[in-house]
Amino acid sequence: MNNEICIDVRDLKIHFPARGGLLGKVNGWTKAVDGVSFAVNKGEVFALVGESGCGKTTTAQAIMGLIKPAAGSIQINIGDRDGHNQKNWDKLNAAGRKELRKQMQIVFQDPYSSLNPRMTVRSILEEPLIIHKMGSQKERAARINELLEQVGLAKSYLDRYPHEFSGGQRQRIGIARSLATSPKLIVADEPVSALDVSIQAQIINLLQDMQSRYNQTLLFISHDLAVVRHIANRIAVMYHGKIMEMGSDEQIFSGSLHPYTKLLLKSVPTISVPQSSEKMAADKKGIAADTSSTGSKAQNEVCELLTPEPRGCSFYPRCPVKSQQCLNETPPLKDFGGGHLCACFKSMQE
Amino acid sequence: MSCLTVNNLEVTFSIQKQKARAVRGVSFELGNTRTLGIVGESGCGKSITALSIMRLIPSPPGKIEAGEVHFEQKNLLSLPERQMRSIRGKRISMIFQDPMTSLNPVFTCGNQIAEALRLHKGMSRDEAAAFGMELLSEVGITEPLRAWSSYPHQLSGGMRQRIMIAMALSCSPRLLIADEPTTALDVTVQAKLLELLKKLQDTKDMSMILITHNLGIVAGMAHDVIVMYAGEVMESAAARELFDSPLHPYTVCLLKTIPAVERREERLTVIPGSVPTLLDIPDGCPFHPRCPQAVERCKKEHPPLHNVNGSKRLVRCHLYE
Repeated sequence: MNNEICIDVRDLKIHFPARGGLLGKVNGWTKAVDGVSFAVNKGEVFALVGESGCGKTTTAQAIMGLIKPAAGSIQINIGDRDGHNQKNWDKLNAAGRKELRKQMQIVFQDPYSSLNPRMTVRSILEEPLIIHKMGSQKERAARINELLEQVGLAKSYLDRYPHEFSGGQRQRIGIARSLATSPKLIVADEPVSALDVSIQAQIINLLQDMQSRYNQTLLFISHDLAVVRHIANRIAVMYHGKIMEMGSDEQIFSGSLHPYTKLLLKSVPTISVPQSSEKMAADKKGIAADTSSTGSKAQNEVCELLTPEPRGCSFYPRCPVKSQQCLNETPPLKDFGGGHLCACFKSMQE
Repeated sequence: MSCLTVNNLEVTFSIQKQKARAVRGVSFELGNTRTLGIVGESGCGKSITALSIMRLIPSPPGKIEAGEVHFEQKNLLSLPERQMRSIRGKRISMIFQDPMTSLNPVFTCGNQIAEALRLHKGMSRDEAAAFGMELLSEVGITEPLRAWSSYPHQLSGGMRQRIMIAMALSCSPRLLIADEPTTALDVTVQAKLLELLKKLQDTKDMSMILITHNLGIVAGMAHDVIVMYAGEVMESAAARELFDSPLHPYTVCLLKTIPAVERREERLTVIPGSVPTLLDIPDGCPFHPRCPQAVERCKKEHPPLHNVNGSKRLVRCHLYE
């Protein structure tokens, strides 16, 4: 892995209009992504983690050029044959955008709705090749066979329709489709959360194999910390449109600093208990204590992005270690060494 | 003392003139104030088992072919519908996976909670409202008045599920069936709700069936566990026993495939193949095409549930004959 940067996101802001009333007047803005900056190195598996509504998918969509950001910049640096690298969606013409899209592909969460039910597997896999004018008909057929083999599906499946496959098989088709144009960057948006546990492992292994075989950059979006721990090199934890903590897998999972990351890690139900059942009981109590200390506000759970932006830390209402400072000021992302960033006043004091 | 006994439950669904056997001879016993976890992947029959206990299987296409469900000295499967209705929601209640689709969007939450109270307990509108608000604060809603008059879409997923729990508990049931109660929710909300369910069960003297595909949840909540696959019980054991020393190859594989948050593995163990569809269940042991320890015999002979070491532990595998 080299340290060349593949995606450079700076101060990204994406706001959605909140409409109301009879005429659908815009009466507010939902700040889905609110000042997010991070850089993903080439050949790295970078994970965006967070609960629903935290803005992780929106961030990914902006990187893919599917949503126009309100502010901030996204630089994409995928070496193409022309040699000029830095790409920015805004500054490209249609042809340039298409060329860039060829280099980056997405795997969606729901394998049931992301495949066209009226297309056969063959036409699903051929479509990206036709759009990007890659190869003659013969070459395309060969490429399709190759793709199927790579994701572990039989050639006899080529003329079948999506409904004939199980969830895991459909996700394999989705992955094969994303690989068709040999992209340098794959965005996987919750690729395993709709799958059964026994299938989940198969798909994760497949994604890992493909990533290392083609030295792709993988942006992995998930709410499942156990899956992320397994696959990611670096992780950014998001909450309410902001990055709370960012670091390597060791830094996040063994030395997490932010109270939100700690809460997330504590909340994952685990089965490995025998030697530490007491510890787990203590952890559970910890959660209960967190709840009761903050429990006076039931709207804790409500991810109300629409409420007037409170000053200060967005995690304040749920935070077990909050102070007056957190209410008044927004904590900046501070470097704790070794690329470990955390936005929390408490951890800065310690 | 047992709260619920299920004997040899058989449920089929007619699909395209074929009979899919969704539940095949499931038996289990649930003790008073105990929690039973039913684990399995999608399509293994765990939800159908629960719905059959409540007699909520859509019929047709579903049909309960055989079996007995004993609850409070009655066989629920042979009760007339009228009597069943007085048990449903009163003595046995259920929480469903998706709190958005299981609440009625055109009535306020209060209206829906009051419905059960007025129906089963004969309360007046005011009595039901007073009692219902108390319930809401019990399930951790701090502004019961606001929640009472809200419509489901005005509340978050966690709040909606709390409303569902309040509704399920309104008539102090003896048995609560929770079908994937936290699957649609975020992990932090999930942790809070599981804590709540545990606390309520302790104070309310109630038994619980917890259906989930998440083994971590079962490990933290259940006393006993049954593992289902293709409509059958593959293994049945006390929860700690099952997780410390799984016996059935399916259970062993299932536990190995789950990535752990505590450590990073180089590669996840994989169960090859996929779950069989119900119309096409393999002969012999249903797990044999995917089983790493399968032998010739597993392809032909269907293994019975073997009692291991004379304990209450049951395993459906020839290895433990």
